[in-house]
Amino acid sequence: MGNCSCQNKKPNSVNNSNAIEVKTEMSIMDTIGRWKARWNIGRMNYKISPGLYMTGRPGPDSEVFISSNYKMSFDILRKNLNGINSWIIVLDTAGINVWCAAGKGTFGTDELVRMIDQTSIKDHIDHKRIIVPQLGAPGISAHEVKKRSGLNVVYGPVKASDIKNFLKNNREITDKMKKVTFTFFERLVLTPTEFVLSLKYSPLFLILLFLVDIIIGKNGLEVFYKDILIFFGALFSGTVLFPALLPFLPFRSFALKGWILGMIYIVTINLMAFNSIQGNYVHMLTIPILVSFLSYNFTGSSTYTSLTGVEKELKISLPLYGISILSGVVVLLINFF
Amino acid sequence: MKMKYLKNVAQLKLDSDKCTGCGMCVKVCPHAVFVIDNKKAIITDRDLCMECGACQVNCPFDALEVRKGVGCASAVIKGKLTGSEPTCGCSDTAGCC
Ligand code: SF4
Ligand code: SF4
Repeated sequence: MGNCSCQNKKPNSVNNSNAIEVKTEMSIMDTIGRWKARWNIGRMNYKISPGLYMTGRPGPDSEVFISSNYKMSFDILRKNLNGINSWIIVLDTAGINVWCAAGKGTFGTDELVRMIDQTSIKDHIDHKRIIVPQLGAPGISAHEVKKRSGLNVVYGPVKASDIKNFLKNNREITDKMKKVTFTFFERLVLTPTEFVLSLKYSPLFLILLFLVDIIIGKNGLEVFYKDILIFFGALFSGTVLFPALLPFLPFRSFALKGWILGMIYIVTINLMAFNSIQGNYVHMLTIPILVSFLSYNFTGSSTYTSLTGVEKELKISLPLYGISILSGVVVLLINFF
Repeated sequence: MKMKYLKNVAQLKLDSDKCTGCGMCVKVCPHAVFVIDNKKAIITDRDLCMECGACQVNCPFDALEVRKGVGCASAVIKGKLTGSEPTCGCSDTAGCC
């Protein structure tokens, strides 16, 4: 990571402190790093070392915040602690954000109790509060932590940008601060990653298209190029249009919403390119399935889907996907002979 | 617009006899599934629950039961393929969760 401004070790005025001072301003490197993470470049190595950090000049009455060691989460936290003297304990979550790590349990009671011990935070403060982001609650058992460390877990706001209001509000959470949302903008920032990830399988599909269009179908290059465009359009529909349109597509199932979007997409293409609604039957049978699958995959990024629900969707859609694609292959074969 | 996932799938159980109305579940639930009424927690709308498990681990009186897991397609598929419990593959796929 090289140029990370959060690890400048400086001598500080706090006695006996093993804390590392961090800045609350973002450097240009941080901004570039965040951009790279969004586009999925070198994302795996995006972590900072676990331990005790501080913003400003914290004292015994300063608040203690708990964070994961995913650099992007930590950066957002320190940025929002601008002007506040505070302690930050960074847990070892293997560079994974709080929400995900709490689901896995790495952002968990054991790790928190271990780090409370290791950082000797209790020697630095004369109160008993630690502020844990509410998104970490699936991994942390507040009463367990109390029993094992003596410290009281106070759940802080979902968004770090609410921290100042939270502190002003006597560390009371308002309803707005604790609800997980999934707004248009929140969905949109996910789309670059989704799109880039979906490209992973495109070489395979391109080879398949080449085989079908050129080698077997003996169609001209023009058909092949058109199919490539339609294919990338489908990827775009499933990874960018779908997240954007999520609440406006009918039904609750992601796979079904996605299938409808795929149908709209392919019918639009057919009307434009072939001047007819059904155009190419093979497209009609396969493209909506591709879009549906990509959409279903978006459950992983959504903030409100449940495991049981996602399993149920798979159980229902998998056979239907199979039937539709098989029919596509049959139509293709009939066209050949 | 409030988005809801599939109807009647979330596996969330509340044992009212054990509940003391302490309000911890109200505090930790990211989707405002609970309210406290007459010193007892009640489930307002089960369809809002994403099975994150936060309420269960934070209920000091063991009154809640959730099938905790990640609502993530690639985790479910991977789990089915390898025959293991679905876990979030965030370490290698960034989009997950
Ligand atoms: S956390 Fe448990 S005991 Fe407390 S209100 Fe909720 S269900 Fe009842
Ligand atoms: S499992 Fe999570 S979403 Fe469901 S009720 Fe409990 S805290 Fe709320």
